[in-house]
Amino acid sequence: MSTALLEIVDVSKTFRSAGDAVPVLDRLKLTVNQGEIVSIIGPSGCGKSTLLKIVAGLDIDIEGRVLLEGEPVKKPSQEKGFIFQEHRLFPWLTVERNIAADLSLRKPDVRRKVDELIKLVKLQGFEKAYPKQLSGGMSQRVAIARALLRNPKVLLLDEPFGALDAFTRSHMQEALLDIWRENRTTMLFVTHDIDEAVFLSHRVIVLDARPGRIKTIVPIDLPFPRKRTGAAFQELRTLILRALEHEEPENGSVSYTI
Amino acid sequence: MSNPTTEALKGVAPSQVTAKPIASNHTTRKKGDFKGRKFLLGSLLPLIILGSWQYVSGTGIVDPMLFPAPSSIIKEFYEMVVSGELFRHLEISVLRALLGFLLGGSLGLLFGLAVGMFSKFEELVDPTVQMIRTVPLLAITPLFILWFGFGETSKILLIALGSFFPLYVNTFLGVRNVDSKLFDVARVLEFKRVNQMLRLVLPAAMPNVLLGLRLSISIAWLVLVVAELMGADRGIGYLIQDARSFMRTEVVFIGIILFAAVGKLTDSLVRVLERRLLKWRDSYRG
Ligand SMILES: Nc1ncnc2c1ncn2[C@@H]1O[C@H](COP(=O)(O)OP(=O)(O)OP(=O)(O)O)[C@@H](O)[C@H]1O
Ligand SMILES: [Mg+2]
Repeated sequence: MSTALLEIVDVSKTFRSAGDAVPVLDRLKLTVNQGEIVSIIGPSGCGKSTLLKIVAGLDIDIEGRVLLEGEPVKKPSQEKGFIFQEHRLFPWLTVERNIAADLSLRKPDVRRKVDELIKLVKLQGFEKAYPKQLSGGMSQRVAIARALLRNPKVLLLDEPFGALDAFTRSHMQEALLDIWRENRTTMLFVTHDIDEAVFLSHRVIVLDARPGRIKTIVPIDLPFPRKRTGAAFQELRTLILRALEHEEPENGSVSYTI
Repeated sequence: MSNPTTEALKGVAPSQVTAKPIASNHTTRKKGDFKGRKFLLGSLLPLIILGSWQYVSGTGIVDPMLFPAPSSIIKEFYEMVVSGELFRHLEISVLRALLGFLLGGSLGLLFGLAVGMFSKFEELVDPTVQMIRTVPLLAITPLFILWFGFGETSKILLIALGSFFPLYVNTFLGVRNVDSKLFDVARVLEFKRVNQMLRLVLPAAMPNVLLGLRLSISIAWLVLVVAELMGADRGIGYLIQDARSFMRTEVVFIGIILFAAVGKLTDSLVRVLERRLLKWRDSYRG
């Protein structure tokens, strides 16, 4: 199971604007294995989104290397599915056409796969609905289906459920695990929510701010489905919270959902 | 300064675009009887005006040469339809407007897209276009007549020039308003260059493009009248001019009503198009 799929090797990123340089990521090193769900958690502004954009190939002005199956990442591609915090659907396309996007639904294999995905994300009956008619959770499921249609090698999710209410969020987490059980899609999952990280992932990466470095890596060796109320779950949650709260004098205002 | 003709001929400034959102023209589907009532209410005022006009003409207070009774206008209209005279004039006018609009409008759309997409092209083209846009079309008309004569070429080119600007300005604006976040999506999904244009930029800019379309069409009509009044031997504009010199006031009215009717018809067509193409929009519909 542990073949490396994604390797982030000594990646540093510095934003330069008007003379001064802001180091955001500092020699970050991380390997994600095939079929693994890795969560990234850390204070606001520590560079989580920046890291995800680098892995996606949306930002290539970096030091260090990102390798996907040993090949350096040079540009965005369908191999690296990206789920943004906002759903970013095309408002003028119906659900099914959003999933297909630039592919034609008249092609039988596209049609078949889109129908399968609509079932997988439980949106039957909404194929012909426009994004304005969907709730936040439904829209995000469409975005996930759109990414999955391209058979991504890795799914990059940037706080995908951050804008949803608690109930919808836990529902979406289960939906994501269903998808994982079905496809074993490798995922890199950025979140603010410790509970979510422990519930979903095989490993939780705790990032440090300014410049972003890995503070600790917490492996979550609990079997799925996980019980949020279980003692082991609580213990891991506390562990991560400690790691996060430890040394945070400059902006103690950051709060984490427990 | 505030002459509406010259204002309209200049094309439309972006500020006017926001002032008149398309959404207000969408009618939400409501009960049939409501629609009927709305129609009745809308036709009340014209009916009252027509009725009193007819009455006043009968009394002899007004000069029938200047204000012919609606009944005599209708009679004249009927005769012109039967003799085929009206259709002959309408045909050439519609053809001129259509050709001019197709030429100018499509160029406006293409240039608007190109200028919106490529900032190098914008720097190259936009300053010149904006400069020409500020010149009132009426001022250019004599030049066009000198260059191309009184024939069809000068008319069609003048109409094309007029209908170029609204589509150009609004398409440009529409492209610049495309959510840049959606471009990231297009990159991640590996859209081809053509698809980026056809499946992202064009649909996203569609509300503005359709607004530009409507404005272009109305300007095409306006310039058509100007061109035909300047000199023509056929067309609705000529009909009006000719009728004026022979004091056939009925015919002048018929010409005006025809322009209004065709203008309204094309406007409704664009609205139908809007309703079909913009049903995805999530905006207030009055
Ligand atoms: N385009 C940019 N130019 C300059 N600085 C930037 C740019 N994008 C991000 N930054 C800076 O980089 C740092 C990290 O930003 P990033 O968006 O990656 O944070 P984050 O960890 O995702 O935060 P959050 O949890 O709030 O989403 C921030 O301090 C931000 O100010
Ligand atoms: Mg972020």
